[in-house]
Amino acid sequence: MGLFILRRLGVMLLTALCLTFIVFWLTNLYPNLEKLAKTQGNFRMSDEAVASYLDKNGYLQPMPIKFGQWLGVLPGWVHEADGVVTGRCFPADTPVEERSSYCGVLQGDWGVSTVFKDEVGTIVATRLALTGKLMFAVMLVMVPMALIVGVLAGMREGSKLDRSLSTFSIASTATPEYVSGVIFIAVFASSAFGLKWFKGSATSAMENATFENFTLPVITISLYGMGYIARMTRASMTEVMTAQYIRTARLKGVKFSDIVLKHALRNALIAPFTVIMLQFPWLLNGVVIVETLFNYKGFGWLLVQAASNNDIELLLAVSVVSVFVVLVTQLISDIGYVYLNPRIRIA
Amino acid sequence: MEELSWGSIIARMFMQLGPVWISLIVLFTISITYKRKLGLYGKLFDSTIGMIGFALVMFWVFVGIFGGPLDMLVTHDPLSQVSGMKNKVPGTPMRGAEEGEYAYFLLGGDNLARDVFSRLIKGAWIVVQIAPIATLFAFMVGITLGLPAGYYGGRLDTVLSFLANLILAFPVILLFYLLVTPEIVLTGIPNYMALFLFVFPLIFMCILLNSRYYTQPKIRTPLLIGVLGGLGWLYLSLVSTNGSVVATPTYSIPGLPSFLDLFDIDAGILVVFVSVVFVNSPTVFRIVRGLAMDIKTRDYVAAAQTRGEGPWYIMLWEILPNARGPLIVDFCLRIGYTTILLGTLGFFGLGLASESPDWGSTINAGRRLLALYPHAAIAPAVALLTLVLGLNLLADGLREESLRD
Repeated sequence: MGLFILRRLGVMLLTALCLTFIVFWLTNLYPNLEKLAKTQGNFRMSDEAVASYLDKNGYLQPMPIKFGQWLGVLPGWVHEADGVVTGRCFPADTPVEERSSYCGVLQGDWGVSTVFKDEVGTIVATRLALTGKLMFAVMLVMVPMALIVGVLAGMREGSKLDRSLSTFSIASTATPEYVSGVIFIAVFASSAFGLKWFKGSATSAMENATFENFTLPVITISLYGMGYIARMTRASMTEVMTAQYIRTARLKGVKFSDIVLKHALRNALIAPFTVIMLQFPWLLNGVVIVETLFNYKGFGWLLVQAASNNDIELLLAVSVVSVFVVLVTQLISDIGYVYLNPRIRIA
Repeated sequence: MEELSWGSIIARMFMQLGPVWISLIVLFTISITYKRKLGLYGKLFDSTIGMIGFALVMFWVFVGIFGGPLDMLVTHDPLSQVSGMKNKVPGTPMRGAEEGEYAYFLLGGDNLARDVFSRLIKGAWIVVQIAPIATLFAFMVGITLGLPAGYYGGRLDTVLSFLANLILAFPVILLFYLLVTPEIVLTGIPNYMALFLFVFPLIFMCILLNSRYYTQPKIRTPLLIGVLGGLGWLYLSLVSTNGSVVATPTYSIPGLPSFLDLFDIDAGILVVFVSVVFVNSPTVFRIVRGLAMDIKTRDYVAAAQTRGEGPWYIMLWEILPNARGPLIVDFCLRIGYTTILLGTLGFFGLGLASESPDWGSTINAGRRLLALYPHAAIAPAVALLTLVLGLNLLADGLREESLRD
């Protein structure tokens, strides 16, 4: 088991390294750098001005060197022009002896965002906390609902209840967040239908989440993910319900509710566990859409801002975090699966 | 003229979609009459869920075909703006309608005073065109790489699986934001990806036919020349635009000359297409690999090996046909997922031009005024929902029916 986790961690690290390099490479292509220079300077910059801006800020070095600097394994660039020394790792007016030469992720320095003019680390931390709040609420709604729907549908396969709940879960997987969000806002928050139960914007929920401003975003994300978990739960529940020990229990005359709750449920919940863990990366998609739609300035909103402004270091931090989430949830789901299911053994 | 009531709006839309209903009825009558002779497709008509799904999907397919290339169902030009029709509610009569023009905006006007109904129908054509073709390409890539990975295993499998997991670990939206931008189009990366991804159908067909007929060179050689020539021409037309395969401001790689080029694909659509294929193929790869690993232990594969069949014959003519059930089901589900991805791209305003009538872009344009005029965003949202729901129900019906035998 220890060796298995160690190997998985190694592969994880390699994957993260490859992916960050891909992001790094894509954001550092010349047209993207040109766009960056023009958004930082002005949009009517000449080609020479763009090139000199990029050179002054160390963007024109070879790709592997820049990547090494970002990682912190190579010394940061130092540029000298007209007697003024600028560098990656220090502001212009730092005395010579206080200038550090290495500043990268390994040193805990994530760089500076060009859009927000702030430390990337702090920006990501604040936004991540806001999204964490949203995700927590989503999990609180989605998981119990999905499990209940799945178990109810799976306990009597082919019944009317099963048919209607299955159709409901198919419908919910067929409704992407931008469709359900739009419909929810139109029905529950617009003047056209006149219901106005909830708010169509979740901006105020960032400081103070209330039932009124937080319900719609949470429901919108939960609904799309819920159908899939519910279907997996149903499938595993129907399989368990046909097992021999369930039949034995029935023949002994155990009450049906006791069979479901005491005998079937525990075994039926192994498969949904992995599915729930693997749902996290999908949720990230939903988070980006919903945060854009409801104007909730969390991690997804940050991703959109970083990507559309080609804010290289912020975008790298965002992708590191999201790749990390994906890989860690995969690892947890693997370990959890082995842990929950004693029939599986990994050497 | 007065505004139409909801009843008459629905009645008029029903009339306007006349050709679609007729085609649906014809299709269903023929299919149900001959359902015993039509294999898995015929069996679909035994399950209610499958029939509902199929009807929903075919509804949009017919709407797309009649509205797109045949230009029949639309009431107004989807791009022209009509003065005085901005944000008008459904059923508003058109101001100053001339003779021969349709007198109402059936589903209202959007924020640029265009007819929502006509845009909906034109958008259906874009979705119905791109989603299945992109999914098909993703399947070609996934099958061509997944079969050997599952069959041979070993180092090849390790490398390919690592690459697939690498792409899968990427958040889809981040990938879209990085790939589908005008700057990336300038660097020519989508063209290189197109060159790489679109060659897979060619390889697939080539191996498929060669492994089957290589013992009969008399049939094989002309067949391969014909098929490869045709597909190769299509491939070159697909990847080359204006006589070059990759054209960046600094250099260009020459491709098929313009007079031989069958069709050109807009750079914006190409990058959307390529990234959707790119995102979908690793998942298909994983499914095919899993199926191949399962099926290669069966007796008929061992029998073929004993007969001395080549590995590619076994993969493509023994394993693949026996994996078709789950693959067909996944194909339906994946078209739905691709539709959702296309909508996501439109929703973030990536790739397709902003005046494009596809559903994602229309939802994106309509969502800003959602609180006041929801109709412009709701119409495409409901359309997308019904199409994807139809595909999911269809997949469910197919799964049930294919499990039955």
